[in-house]
Amino acid sequence: MNLAIRDIRHSLPRFLLTAIGIGMLLMIVMGMSGIYRGLIEDALLLVDKIGADLWIVQHNTRGPFAEISRIPLKTEDRLCAVPGVKSARAFVSHTIQRERNGKPLRIVVQGLSWPEDKGEWIPITNGRCLSAGHFEMIADQSLGFNLGDQLPLGKNIYTIVGLTRGMVGQGGDGLAFFSLRDAIAIQFDTSGEAIRLERDARRSRAIQQDIGNTQPELLNRAASQNIPALAGPMVSAVIIRTEQGADIDKVAETISGWKDVSVHTADNQKSLLLKGSVDKARRQIGLFRALLVIISAIIMSLILYTLTLDKIHDIAMLKLIGARNSLILGLILQQAIILGGLGYILAFYLGKWIFPLFPRRVIVTGNDLVWLAVIVLAISVLSSLLGIWKAMSVQPNEVL
Amino acid sequence: MIENIHECAIEASNISKIYGSGNTEVKAMLNVSFTIAKGEVVGLLGPSGAGKSTLLTAIGLINPPTSGQIRIGKDLVMDGPLAMVDVRKFRRKHIGYVFQKANLIPFLTALENVQIALEINDVHHKDARIRAMELLKYLGVGDRKDNLPHMLSGGQQQRVAVARALANKPSLILADEPTAALDSFRGRQVMELFQKVAHEQGAGVLVVTHDHRSLDVFDRTFEMEDGTLMLKS
Ligand SMILES: Nc1ncnc2c1ncn2[C@@H]1O[C@H](COP(=O)(O)OP(=O)(O)OP(=O)(O)O)[C@@H](O)[C@H]1O
Ligand SMILES: [Mg+2]
Repeated sequence: MNLAIRDIRHSLPRFLLTAIGIGMLLMIVMGMSGIYRGLIEDALLLVDKIGADLWIVQHNTRGPFAEISRIPLKTEDRLCAVPGVKSARAFVSHTIQRERNGKPLRIVVQGLSWPEDKGEWIPITNGRCLSAGHFEMIADQSLGFNLGDQLPLGKNIYTIVGLTRGMVGQGGDGLAFFSLRDAIAIQFDTSGEAIRLERDARRSRAIQQDIGNTQPELLNRAASQNIPALAGPMVSAVIIRTEQGADIDKVAETISGWKDVSVHTADNQKSLLLKGSVDKARRQIGLFRALLVIISAIIMSLILYTLTLDKIHDIAMLKLIGARNSLILGLILQQAIILGGLGYILAFYLGKWIFPLFPRRVIVTGNDLVWLAVIVLAISVLSSLLGIWKAMSVQPNEVL
Repeated sequence: MIENIHECAIEASNISKIYGSGNTEVKAMLNVSFTIAKGEVVGLLGPSGAGKSTLLTAIGLINPPTSGQIRIGKDLVMDGPLAMVDVRKFRRKHIGYVFQKANLIPFLTALENVQIALEINDVHHKDARIRAMELLKYLGVGDRKDNLPHMLSGGQQQRVAVARALANKPSLILADEPTAALDSFRGRQVMELFQKVAHEQGAGVLVVTHDHRSLDVFDRTFEMEDGTLMLKS
């Protein structure tokens, strides 16, 4: 005869309510590990999806994700000449914040080196990749656009031609892909007035200097559009794919000899991300998750202890009529495991329903589910120890 | 009737129980010796605080005596406070208990309350069910087999408790004021049932009672006062 199930049946509403409570607690534990996983996944997503072998960044920086990196666009051409390099593409990435329908809209702007890169590698769920060098964009669904929507940025209006799903930056903001020139234009969008002011400022600086007076022609030039154009556009990084069979380390070694750039492999880039910018958030959530597991264990212990206390008279009676300890142990352990199991199942379905409503991705992997199941089982067993201890120490004459 | 009515169901020699120590010392039972033969029904009378329950729980292997020896059947089971056998196993195999309160397990039905006692003693659950049902019928509560204890009257609960005590055909039945919660008719019925079980199954029965009307069912009656036991004429 199974006593655990009969006892549960006898006080079913109370047991179910308890299971729901534990289920919600476990859902939070599950959610925490999902947020943790999501954070890492989001951080690595771009590096993973781009599939570059090497990242060339500003000398001595750990950019472009962990810190700002600026290198001239021209570096692209130099890199193409390195033996073993199949392709080199400029990488531009920056976050902008605009307003849309009264709500802040944060976009991670990505530049594609049109025409070599039209964004074919981007997992587009709807629409197409870029087909023109200007005024088209591919946006993530999380930004809330539809195909064909138009978005004014700077002095231009961009049309959404493709949509992706789940393409977000490390902050969880949706990615939008533009041609490289457009991306740079969005970043360095300066108003006409700002340009006029800058020209005047430049002119007055020239007047104050010797060179401005000895070479009057320079004063005229200072106010023209030509001078700003002298400086070539800067990009965040250049990403390289190597030839099939080429030795990546060898290519990296060649480039790292250059004094103006630094080289990171894709793996290196990932570990820079994990150890750098997302590290604190990751540890914070990790610790929180560990605390939640401990708290769940304590709460479950108390619940199981009270469940046992409620039955302590019956347990004493069972002992009096000669029941073995295994029967009593089984009663408590089975209830603990049923409670934990029910809570786990509830947590799973509650999470399935609630997690997609979260603003950032909550990724619960099969592996995490297995781990959590093991943890729940361990918690159930451990937390029943207090109750078991109480049950074992009760004397049969306490019935009287 | 059984063959050897004079074989001992239990033999207690010089058992004493002292609770506490120093100022709070209570001598609840002092040098008590007696035997109960198989098939014999013995009554135990005495004022409140005389030590009746102490005696009952001592020989029931629930509450060990401070000194003295207890033999059940042929086995020496207690030597002073030391258990000479696995007492829990001994209890489930050889002793049946009935108390003033029925002490049924609240989440088990009447039938299951009897069945569990049998299953604890390794009776297969199908056989346990059959035997439990027989016992309930025998005690007149067969029709309430599927009721939980809280749906039964006090008397019905007590009869289920008696059925549970009889389930494993114990050689010793100990009852502490079993009829206190019953009306005189039901009380009488339970007493007669003990007599019947003693005579039919050859169990030794010890019943603590305050009810002087049922004295005639006892083969012998003891009286206890201030921890000492004497035979009542
Ligand atoms: N656990 C205990 N600790 C200390 N003293 C106890 C304990 N149990 C019983 N006593 C004392 O032992 C004495 C005998 O108690 P016992 O319960 O055996 O009496 P009783 O004859 O069964 O009385 P009643 O008819 O009221 O049930 C009493 O004085 C009681 O106070
Ligand atoms: Mg008493």
